[in-house]
Amino acid sequence: MIADIAKGAAVLFVAAILQVTLLSQIDVFHGAPDLVLVTLVSVALLRGTIFGAAAGFGAGLVVDTATLQTLGVTSLLLTIAGYWIGRYGETTGRDRTHAPFVSVAVVTLLYSIGALILHYMLGEPASASRVLLDAFPFELIFNLILTLPVYALCRRLFRPPPTGLEEVQLLG
Amino acid sequence: MAGVLVLLSIALITIYFRESAGGGLHQVQSAGATVLRPFEVAADRVSRPFRDAYGYFAGLVHAKSENNRLRAENEQLRQQASQNAFAASENADLRKKLNFINSPQYPRGYGHVTASILGQPPSAFEQQVLIGAGSSSGIQVFDPVVTGEGLVGTVVRVANNQSLVALLTDDTTSVSAVDVETGAQGVVKAGASFDQVGKDQKVKSGDILVTAGWKSKAAGLSSIYPRGIAIGRVTSVGQNEVDLYKHVQLQPFVNFKTLSSLVVLFPPKTR
Repeated sequence: MIADIAKGAAVLFVAAILQVTLLSQIDVFHGAPDLVLVTLVSVALLRGTIFGAAAGFGAGLVVDTATLQTLGVTSLLLTIAGYWIGRYGETTGRDRTHAPFVSVAVVTLLYSIGALILHYMLGEPASASRVLLDAFPFELIFNLILTLPVYALCRRLFRPPPTGLEEVQLLG
Repeated sequence: MAGVLVLLSIALITIYFRESAGGGLHQVQSAGATVLRPFEVAADRVSRPFRDAYGYFAGLVHAKSENNRLRAENEQLRQQASQNAFAASENADLRKKLNFINSPQYPRGYGHVTASILGQPPSAFEQQVLIGAGSSSGIQVFDPVVTGEGLVGTVVRVANNQSLVALLTDDTTSVSAVDVETGAQGVVKAGASFDQVGKDQKVKSGDILVTAGWKSKAAGLSSIYPRGIAIGRVTSVGQNEVDLYKHVQLQPFVNFKTLSSLVVLFPPKTR
């Protein structure tokens, strides 16, 4: 468990730093890949609700601190995202091939809507058309492209926990 | 567990919003940003050659069309330069005769700090960049930020060694501007439109807009931008019967996609 926490913290920290310094500067119609979100989805799918929520909270704090944004905003959104995807992984999705792609697509949309609502609630100007119509399609494509390598890496780092039901091969 | 983290996030947002810029949570964030800075600098240094290579090839694609445009512009500017040289000498002569006392003019009279761009918030909401200089270099909130091409934006948040700059294209950025050719005054919003230009004022496509740098002695207020920083060129002008103001669109001079370092300006007497 401690090894998992260390690996999760390291992976999300690197993802957050790469996101802030490099990936956020890619701008195609205001859309940019969200490596932190994709990494969080992959980790939460493999490790479940509590791990997902805690990882989301920590990653959000790093991003908000590094970019001098309002503390707690990214944490709130990523905590909820990590929890939901962790729940999906625990109940139905973990072993399905399409699970990471579906999860990333759904979370990318819900994250954009959630961020929009939060910005409105905080009284900050936000253009819904720019976020949902211009940026979202490109962000979705970028995130889906990232999903394959990121999920493969996370699957290597976080092997699925033993279920207790081991397959027995009968010989003879 | 997840519920506790959600509540903690909401508590963080609430406290951060309510406290002043020098509050405890801001101090903690500033210290955290200082800790993260070496990682950001390292990531920036590693990725810089790739970004430069991308910028080089992207530049090649537009080079031919840009070359033709720049040749035509060069011809026009050469003529304008000779006219300006004459006007400048005449201006200096008239100022001397009138004993005209000038206020600090950009770039003269303003100190500056040059800083590289470290990163950007991962969101389509904010058009902001993070620069690698903060309060320890003398930067304060609302300091104007420029490049050689023109106005970039303004400092909106400051930590010890980092600052957050809202770009001209951010929804929150408004700049008092003046049309160099006609003297029409208005407000440039989000780097895309020149608003509040009355129908009686003259603005035409191709006009250059610069910061107005107004001062109100009665109210004791002044614009945060010095007068004369280039903002952009007018691309279209329209108006209709119903609206009070003209519809003016502009193209900023600064290419915000290729920014790598910025200059933060401040009046030297205040620091």
